Amino acid sequence: MAFNHKHLLGIQSLSAQDIRTILDTAESLSEISSREVKKVPILRGKTIINLFYEASTRTRSSFELAAKRLSADISNFSKATSAVVKGETLKDTILNLEAMNIDAIIMRHASSGSPHFVSSFCSSHVINAGDGTHEHPTQALLDALTIQQEKQTFKDLKVVIVGDILHSRVARSDLYLLKKLGAKVVLVGPPSLVPPAFKKYGAQIDYNFDRAIEDADVVMMLRIQLERQKRIYFPSLSEYHELFSLTPQRFSRAKHDAIIMHPGPINRDVEISTDMADSAKSVILKQVENGIAVRMAVLYLLLGGKEREITD
Amino acid sequence: MKLLIKNGRVIDPASGTDKTLDILIDRKKIAAVGSKINDKTAKVVDAAGKVVAPGFIDMHVHLREPGYEHKETIATGTLAAAAGGFTSVACMPNTSPINDNPGVTHSILTEAKRSARVNVLPIAAITRESAGEELTEMVNQAKAGAVAFSDDGRPLTNNQLMRRAMEYSQMLETTIIDHCETPDLSAGGVMHEGDYSYQFGLKGIPSSSEEVMVARDIILAESTGVGIHLAHLSTRGSVELVRRAKAKKIPVTAEVTPHHLLLDDSLLEHYDTNLKMKPPLRDKKDVQSLRKAAKEGVIDVIATDHAPHTPDEKEVEFDQAPFGIIGLETCVSLILDRLVREGILPLSRFIEMISSAPARILNLTDKGKIQPGADADLTLLDLNREVIVDVFAFRSHSRNSPFHGWKLKGAPEMTIVGGKIVYHC
Amino acid sequence: MEDKVKAKIMDSRKIKRSFHRMTHEIIERNRDLNNLVIVGVRTRGVFIAHRIQGLIQEFEGIEIPVGVLDITLYRDDFSDPTEQHIVKKTEIDFSIDKRDVLLVDDVLFTGRTIRAAMDSLIDLGRPKSIQLLVFIDRGHRELPIRADYVGKFLPTSRRERVKLQMKEIDNKDEVLIIEPAGTKQE
Repeated sequence: MAFNHKHLLGIQSLSAQDIRTILDTAESLSEISSREVKKVPILRGKTIINLFYEASTRTRSSFELAAKRLSADISNFSKATSAVVKGETLKDTILNLEAMNIDAIIMRHASSGSPHFVSSFCSSHVINAGDGTHEHPTQALLDALTIQQEKQTFKDLKVVIVGDILHSRVARSDLYLLKKLGAKVVLVGPPSLVPPAFKKYGAQIDYNFDRAIEDADVVMMLRIQLERQKRIYFPSLSEYHELFSLTPQRFSRAKHDAIIMHPGPINRDVEISTDMADSAKSVILKQVENGIAVRMAVLYLLLGGKEREITD
Repeated sequence: MKLLIKNGRVIDPASGTDKTLDILIDRKKIAAVGSKINDKTAKVVDAAGKVVAPGFIDMHVHLREPGYEHKETIATGTLAAAAGGFTSVACMPNTSPINDNPGVTHSILTEAKRSARVNVLPIAAITRESAGEELTEMVNQAKAGAVAFSDDGRPLTNNQLMRRAMEYSQMLETTIIDHCETPDLSAGGVMHEGDYSYQFGLKGIPSSSEEVMVARDIILAESTGVGIHLAHLSTRGSVELVRRAKAKKIPVTAEVTPHHLLLDDSLLEHYDTNLKMKPPLRDKKDVQSLRKAAKEGVIDVIATDHAPHTPDEKEVEFDQAPFGIIGLETCVSLILDRLVREGILPLSRFIEMISSAPARILNLTDKGKIQPGADADLTLLDLNREVIVDVFAFRSHSRNSPFHGWKLKGAPEMTIVGGKIVYHC
Repeated sequence: MEDKVKAKIMDSRKIKRSFHRMTHEIIERNRDLNNLVIVGVRTRGVFIAHRIQGLIQEFEGIEIPVGVLDITLYRDDFSDPTEQHIVKKTEIDFSIDKRDVLLVDDVLFTGRTIRAAMDSLIDLGRPKSIQLLVFIDRGHRELPIRADYVGKFLPTSRRERVKLQMKEIDNKDEVLIIEPAGTKQE
């Protein structure tokens, strides 16, 4: 059950056992958030930096609450409030933060691989809170915790992920994680947004949502980034909506006990209809709740206890 | 001032020579080549056990001067070249100002005369500011000393302009060199588009970005009858296009870099910005295809695309780092160890690709060969010397090499430019 | 070298007698048994808690609630720094406010576990009182902590380990003194 990692950079560098350890720890820690005094002392005296170069409310506050519930001190830095606007490089920013004797850096950055870059020269723990179009490991872990609570097992589960796969770090991390735990993953969207290269990582690809959703256990809808598309990848939102949005008619083709997931923020009536997002089958808010437990687990496993031998 | 190089294994691809010979140099020229030459007035270099080759020519180098002296200067770049076994370097025009007029060519040559260790051969821009809109004064630039024309790094996408440049250049004994890239296909891309770019979440540069332009250039070369040189090819599709063009006797020549012969896109998993360059490292099949093309002569030249950048510029997020790596001080050892010693590329073929072939393409009639009357530019190799690449020991001003720490067997022993020893290990 | 069993101190009959005695002491002291709750410290404290619960039920016919406490997040003595301490769930599905809490653990040694357990309990509510039951008290306290109910006082050397085996997980009931591997005989 040893978890011998110094950083959490992505799902790809975790084993199936590592993932189970994180999920089990998250299950154990989830009870703390329902207490009246939502705090345990394990990370007392640890200093964590929440370094968000990209806008985020959900992930940033989720990490912040997770750290606080473990008694760590956490400071928020955003691009707007940092010296980046004055032209400071990422490396200099990190070296300056490290000079303040911090223990961990949680970072979100628009450049893929930037947490890897930071981990190559800094001595703190680095936790990837989303890097470019690469990975978003804690999102995949909270998705997995939610699926585990609803479905108990991952083996042979059919998970359909729908939307802009090409630009989605969530889709990548979810794909890698679900494959490691034995689920079947089908990626759905227009061909311009679903590169066939993902077959190499075990995904099936289908451009027909109506066919792909048949017998699905989990339907995961991704946000369509309106600002990003500019009509290069698909001609119009209405055509996209017609082909790839989740409606009650489409959902009726999935298994009767299928669940609906979405990493948020949702575009109501774009990729998912309002009645679907708010339906009893939707576990979207459960995902948000699990986000705190998963992030507490990650922080505990990386920073908790004394210094351990690190193998990576 | 005479120099007598005794008992070296002389390999001269131009004449097909590969035997133990002596070479007598008198001032700047080779005076005699033969066995058992004696001249008591000459200084003797014992080359027993060493390979003596025509001076190596790197026809694709960025010396960065004028304008980017913090990355490299003519002095440091040519010092690196000499240590890397090169006797001549052709420098690309993307300096500041861009070398698009005889004044810049003249100033580069003036500075080279003052500080360069090896021959500096300026390449001038095809279009003003390399903006792809108006032709430069090609004839005047050639008169000032430009040996070739290229808008390297700023792909010339205007087909009509490229056609006219090729036609116009027929008045000159120069070459047009194209960096083949289609900007609308590569826009925003930072690595090869393939399985790994999707995995690493990095925007891809598809092979088609290069191949579309290679095809265009070949079609223009065929229709105008004017030769074109294709810089740093990286894909198997490009190799196929060039192979077919050469079979049809279309006047096209091609080049490949050491890194495209040795590295592939899977190595980018750690987001090392010293593996970021244009064209990007392609996949393993491309590497195999490039090696075969080099051996068979489909690709004519090995050139480094030496592109210095400072550590500050490279130690940033991957997608924000500049493209390019340096290569002058690693090229020869890399090819000798990883391709020649492994039996992938014959030694004489390597020497041809890096001496006589670039000399032919750049119309350097007195270079790239070992015969009486030729320029006394020679490169001596020790095939047995082991080196460990150490970027901190580079003569280059920059250290952006992915080969730091590589253990290699075979290295330049001595570099002779115009009859003068400019480097001896 | 492997750990060596140095002595078997108690067998199942002796252990059963101790449980009976401690249960009677608890009943005697807590006149309002309805206000009592039991909280076992993972792992063996939980089994001890359930046995005490069973005996109270048997003797008095009252079912006392039992909760489970995991103290990993409150520890200050990670004994093996190379080992990842796995956090398990704390499961106390009743309020401890104004209740008499009987805290249960297997072996009382330095007192640090109990310190952590009390901190944890106090984060969970404000009990009227906390009483401590341990099956073995082996001495060597580093904190001012004393048990209210003790199965057996067992003076040991610091080096030795004391192990309460319970049939719920160890297949039989016994108390062993163990000489850890790699230590010299004195």
